[in-house]
Amino acid sequence: MSETENAAVIEMREVSVGAMRDISFVVLEEVSWTVAPGEFWTVAGQPYAGKSDLLMLTAGLMAPVKGECKLFGTDTRMFGEAKLAERLRVGLVFAGGQLFNQLTIRENVALPLQYHRDLTPAAAAQAVETLLELLELAPLADLAPTSVSDNWRQRVALARALILKPQVLLLDNPLAGLGTRHLHWWLRCLDRLARGHDWCDGRPMTVVVTTDDLRPWRNADRKFALLRDKKFFPLGGWNDVESANDPVVKELLAVPLETTI
Amino acid sequence: MRENLAKAFALTDTQIFRRAPLPKSYSDFLGRKLFLFLLTLQGLVAFALITLGVILRKSRTARNVIRPRIRREIARAGVALLPMFLFVALALGFLVIGQTVSALARVGATGYLGSTMVIVVVRELGPLLAAMLVLARVGTAHVIELGTARAMGEVEALEALGIDPVHYLIVPRVLGMAVGVFALTVYLIIGALASGYLFAFLQDVPLTPGDYYKQITEALNWLDFVLLALKTIAFGFFIAIVTCYHGLAQPLRLDDVSRVAVRAVTQGVIVCVLIDTLFILLYLVT
Repeated sequence: MSETENAAVIEMREVSVGAMRDISFVVLEEVSWTVAPGEFWTVAGQPYAGKSDLLMLTAGLMAPVKGECKLFGTDTRMFGEAKLAERLRVGLVFAGGQLFNQLTIRENVALPLQYHRDLTPAAAAQAVETLLELLELAPLADLAPTSVSDNWRQRVALARALILKPQVLLLDNPLAGLGTRHLHWWLRCLDRLARGHDWCDGRPMTVVVTTDDLRPWRNADRKFALLRDKKFFPLGGWNDVESANDPVVKELLAVPLETTI
Repeated sequence: MRENLAKAFALTDTQIFRRAPLPKSYSDFLGRKLFLFLLTLQGLVAFALITLGVILRKSRTARNVIRPRIRREIARAGVALLPMFLFVALALGFLVIGQTVSALARVGATGYLGSTMVIVVVRELGPLLAAMLVLARVGTAHVIELGTARAMGEVEALEALGIDPVHYLIVPRVLGMAVGVFALTVYLIIGALASGYLFAFLQDVPLTPGDYYKQITEALNWLDFVLLALKTIAFGFFIAIVTCYHGLAQPLRLDDVSRVAVRAVTQGVIVCVLIDTLFILLYLVT
């Protein structure tokens, strides 16, 4: 592999992360984190630990309060329109999807393609149909996002993030509230994407997910990190997670804890 | 992209002032009001300039996405309001113009008919009424749609997709409303003048349609057409700017949306009156 291919995809040094709604409120401090190409990271933390804010910062949607965050070697502070091509190498799936409710599911998925590739609806349709078929969304394509369940909305958000064939996929708590069937589908799908799927020309995708429940993410190939007390702790592999003595990790693994009741 | 919005709004975070305890003295209260007004004005001007910049810079970007959105906005702020405007034009004609025509005829002042109609209907009442109606019908919808989109995180989703929210959400609304107000004003003026004559005719005013038409056309000059176009486009542009600004200005909660909609409509009315005043000065100067 060339040096460029081996270079870190995400690199944070001593980063302080502000809250998305109020950047002056720091939710994470001194985050130093490096993600290599093709890695699959699971970042765990309790609600309001700063998981979403960390992903927003990683995607270049906001600047760090302190420190330096680089995506593909470019400081995310420089991510203006001149660096749009770099920005589009990252796909982001929000918790809950955050779909455009005025558009149909097909239009939601087609929008980035039509906007950035300046394609006509007909030209974009083929790529969109392929992806909708792949994600089993074709029967729902003409419905409004509000007409389908949260399970499917989350899947539409994935389709919208994948349509531009990103190299890095960031997912904010993608399994939250999913039914069992959908949950297994997501785990299989993300594993396939991480290993390299035909949709992305067989190229292994770098995947970062956040979660407040570690149990579904049991896999030896993944790397884990924990957000606790405004700090970022890399945990290592699954074996390290299981052997960790941290009460928050145990809680995220649903190990019964002592309660006051 | 994100910085486009951030530039306009970071300057004008008026929430801390709005939520501060009420000042004790009347002068403090007035001072706070003035300060808030200046902050809002600064934000609106910045937002208008940014939007103009995006319109010019991105006129060739993603035309396949933006053009249909502009057409949809023109339909919404123009074509869809035609039936209501037809009704208002008839009402305006019957209630105001017809009575004016018959009153002028009674005192033998039909010679002033043309200039009175041009000043009252073409210069003032037509454009202002059209702007107010579009503000009420479409401007309010802008605030609610954009406020809800902001509250539901759709703006962040656009940014994550590398889509400039100003280009995608604001530009079509601004252009659609500018074209819509202009077109509707023309229809309103023609409808009101025609129905006004019809009312006068029913009252047996001794005025032939030819004389009525001749008087109005003689009172009109090229400047009326130019300033009417500029004024109505300015109305549409600034109504859209005010309503879009308030819809997107702050990260809103859903329960903030109705409060912000009221504020946006109030400021929209003020902006229209200020623009109208500016144009009256222009008429006086030229």
